[in-house]
Amino acid sequence: MSGGYGGADILHDCNISVDKGEIAVVVGPNGAGKSTAMKALFGMLNLSQGNVTLGGEDITCLSPQERVKKGMAMVPQTNNVFASLTVQENLEMGAFLRRDDIFQTMEHVFELFPILKDKRNQAAGELSGGQRQQVAVGRALMTTPEVLMLDEPTAGVSPIVMDELFERILEVKQTGIAILMVEQNARQALNIADTGYVLVTGKNKFTNTGEALLASPEVRRSFLGG
Amino acid sequence: MNNVQRSVLSFALIACLLLIVGLFQSWSLMLSILNLCLISSVMALGVNIQWGYAGLFNVGTMGFAALGGVAAVLVSKGPVPEAWAVGGWNLIIAAFLFMLTVTLAIITYRRIKRGTLRLLVLSGTIILGIFATRYFSDPAIADIEAVNPALTGYLGGIGLPILFSWIVGGVFAAGAAWVIGKIALGLRSDYLAIATLGISEIIIAILKNEDWLTRGVKNVAGLPRPVPYEIDLQKSDWFINLTEWLNSNSLYGLSSIERADLLSSSVTEFSGIYVKLCYTGLFAAVLVIILTMSVMALNSPWGRMMRAIRDNETSAAAMGKNITGRHLQVFIIGSAVIGIAGAMLTTLDGQLTPGTYNPLRFTFLIWVMVIVGGSGNNLGSVLGGFLIWLTWIEAEPVGVWLIDGATGWLGGTNPIRLHLMDAAQHMRLFMMGLVLLIVMRFNPGGILPEVTKVGKLSN
Amino acid sequence: MTDIMNATVLLSNFVIIPVLAYGSQLALGALGVTLVYGILRFANFAHGDLMAFGTMITILVTWWLQSIGVSFGPLPTALLALPVAIVFTIAMALFTDRAVYRFYRRKRSTPAIFVIASIGVMFVLNGIVRFIIGPNDQQFADGERFIIKARSFKHMTGLNEGLAFKVSQGLTIGIVFVLVISLFWFLQNTRTGKAMRAYSDNEDLALLSGIDPEKVVMVTWIITAALATIAGTLYGLDKSFKPFTYFQLLLPFFAAAIVGGIGKPVGAIIGGFVVAFSEISITYAYKKFLKYLVPENWAPEGLVQFLSTDYKFAVSFLILVLVLLIRPMGILKGRVI
Repeated sequence: MSGGYGGADILHDCNISVDKGEIAVVVGPNGAGKSTAMKALFGMLNLSQGNVTLGGEDITCLSPQERVKKGMAMVPQTNNVFASLTVQENLEMGAFLRRDDIFQTMEHVFELFPILKDKRNQAAGELSGGQRQQVAVGRALMTTPEVLMLDEPTAGVSPIVMDELFERILEVKQTGIAILMVEQNARQALNIADTGYVLVTGKNKFTNTGEALLASPEVRRSFLGG
Repeated sequence: MNNVQRSVLSFALIACLLLIVGLFQSWSLMLSILNLCLISSVMALGVNIQWGYAGLFNVGTMGFAALGGVAAVLVSKGPVPEAWAVGGWNLIIAAFLFMLTVTLAIITYRRIKRGTLRLLVLSGTIILGIFATRYFSDPAIADIEAVNPALTGYLGGIGLPILFSWIVGGVFAAGAAWVIGKIALGLRSDYLAIATLGISEIIIAILKNEDWLTRGVKNVAGLPRPVPYEIDLQKSDWFINLTEWLNSNSLYGLSSIERADLLSSSVTEFSGIYVKLCYTGLFAAVLVIILTMSVMALNSPWGRMMRAIRDNETSAAAMGKNITGRHLQVFIIGSAVIGIAGAMLTTLDGQLTPGTYNPLRFTFLIWVMVIVGGSGNNLGSVLGGFLIWLTWIEAEPVGVWLIDGATGWLGGTNPIRLHLMDAAQHMRLFMMGLVLLIVMRFNPGGILPEVTKVGKLSN
Repeated sequence: MTDIMNATVLLSNFVIIPVLAYGSQLALGALGVTLVYGILRFANFAHGDLMAFGTMITILVTWWLQSIGVSFGPLPTALLALPVAIVFTIAMALFTDRAVYRFYRRKRSTPAIFVIASIGVMFVLNGIVRFIIGPNDQQFADGERFIIKARSFKHMTGLNEGLAFKVSQGLTIGIVFVLVISLFWFLQNTRTGKAMRAYSDNEDLALLSGIDPEKVVMVTWIITAALATIAGTLYGLDKSFKPFTYFQLLLPFFAAAIVGGIGKPVGAIIGGFVVAFSEISITYAYKKFLKYLVPENWAPEGLVQFLSTDYKFAVSFLILVLVLLIRPMGILKGRVI
């Protein structure tokens, strides 16, 4: 896809895809267009060229809300919880579009993130950064999506919390959901990635498995710090 | 059609409408409307300076205009010696104590850190200060107001020519704007709107209640004029000769009695018109001066900087521009202009009536003028001032005339028809609201939109 | 002993009961303002005139009911007219949203633009009300006036001071209490209520979660219009109906909402009572009260009044300005968007 925010294009013939039960990570230097690519996939900006397909179906013309109904879920980087609502209410809002019984899904989320069960009646804004991220991911999972998109989930959290988050993400992957992640912490992210996309100035520079990218001297030299 | 053509066309239209009023109703009425149009335009200019140059949402125009009116009283009326003798000293002491309290409160607020101690000291200072001030001010005020309450009952003014008060009005408003701006300008736009609305209500409440200042709701009438009195004109020879000369056609060939009759009625009518024309000249002069200064300021480096701040505050701040200071500057200047207009209005009325200051007429109507005329465009505000005021005044007679025609078939005593005729005057509120909504929706720039590049049209 | 009781009754009659009644009125009005601010994100200057509109319909229907001989016993007939008025006011509110505000919502205009638009709506509503019912005072209260009369109270208790409790005051306090509890239950426990809170908290995330913004907006206007009609009617029953009064009440409403924390319904309630308490306690003359409590030679000379009653309205503006300067987030730390 190619596209931008209305002025010049930011993405140029960028290709990203992810399969069920896999983790795809998009990394790259600052300003490479990682978040832009994520937003483009979710329909938050217009593509000048190219398309987006979900399970074979072309969803390029759908609005973000409609893509949610089709099975996409997005966790934005900032402002990703309802701070004044309780954890439980956040999850309920995540499942807003569902008319069936959400009890099972909520239990499943509590299994994945046990600490949320403890704090279910606390306001999300009072939680620590890492716990808030868990609420944010849990909220997204409430629609039982096919694809989960995460925009820099470990931005601003401490290394221990980051490790914990990545473990949780792996557990989510086990449930068969396709996970697409944009990350700054390239090394740790590529560690758990099945596929890695390195974007530079809106174009694909390297595409390979996570292991291969980590091992590649070129990638390491350019921005993994050798 | 570019802006220049639009301006010419719009003002030509206004001139035509005014001519129609003059021809179909009366020239005297037309001139009254024209004078108020001029004053409204100056007020709209003031609001536009704040909104158009800096994006400041001031909904307190009423208060600043009232301050201008106060200036007119305090400058032009002579002092009341007995009042000063009885309460002057006490009042001065009270004023001093008040200032002391405020200063102490501010120092306390700044010096002591947030917490219970600060709260206690602050409350204590304020409560003590209020009691101390009132210990002196209460008897002073009672005594002053007791001095001949029917005629005076207040301190009076300094007895200077009333034209001087126009500048003083601007100064008063500027002073108030400095205080208000210092405390309120950091607020987000709709909060600033609420705050300024509240402050203007406080100002009016003070004016209505502090009789010792401007006689409160007893009003101060009989303010001296900068123009001749009709009665004096009617008695002066040069004026009678002038009328004779102007009316020579209609006076020709009449018998001496008819001639004398017609001449005297012409003189009376013309004296009224002459006085109004004098005011028109004065107001137009003020308008032209202020307009020219505004346009010059807008096109100067200062004006460009102000617009840069308005359009992108973060960048401007990053470049080192003092946003708060600039906003305060614009706020003060705009308010001063409104104050001048307020003084002009009170001069025209010849009296200060605090009860007439209501937010509908003095604040919201002015905003309609600015939006409809062209927000951000000085000439647009003037146009808006003329157009909206004309519509506001003429809506009632025109409305009644329309309803008269439309319901004529119902018969003279039909209750619906009578009610509608009665209610026609309220339609102007409805109409004004509709005009504002329609312009905002379909032509948000206004009739004369802002010129973003010198010489070029914005969207 | 009787002195203390007299003092208490005096205070209750002139301060406590008026504060409860006026506080309830302010709370209801502030609720309407704060809901619109929190969810639609602008200060609605037309709220006062929406109240006037609703009350006008109530009055017209009440007059019609009275003319055909319907009454509500000791309670005001206006209460019977309320449901009809609420329906009309909701229709008007939804219409103005569709005709005016929706356009700017889609355009994502700045708050100032919304405020100016609401000023236009204010003009239009004001014009309509004055056109239909005229600008003068209208009385429409009927039924019993007092629950307890001052004289009967003095008779019953033998005290010097009488306690008067008007039906309108009792109604106001009672109805507002019920309304507030219902509203909170709605916001805390229903799906739509939670969606409204979510939308108010984080608009983008709410849209992402599939919450329909137009539905949230519609429910907001429905609730606001209902509250406005009830508030206006209760105020009109207590004092009287005059179109201009409702615009004047706007500032105390804003003061209450901002003091309590704008955008937070609980804040509106708290703010309403804080403002009412301040207005009344600052302008009350405590001379008589102190006289009961304090020995003879300490009795105060002057009225012991902080500000004269003429400044009653100014007090709420003063509080508003002070809060905006010192703590704009209010007591409950509402969000200034």
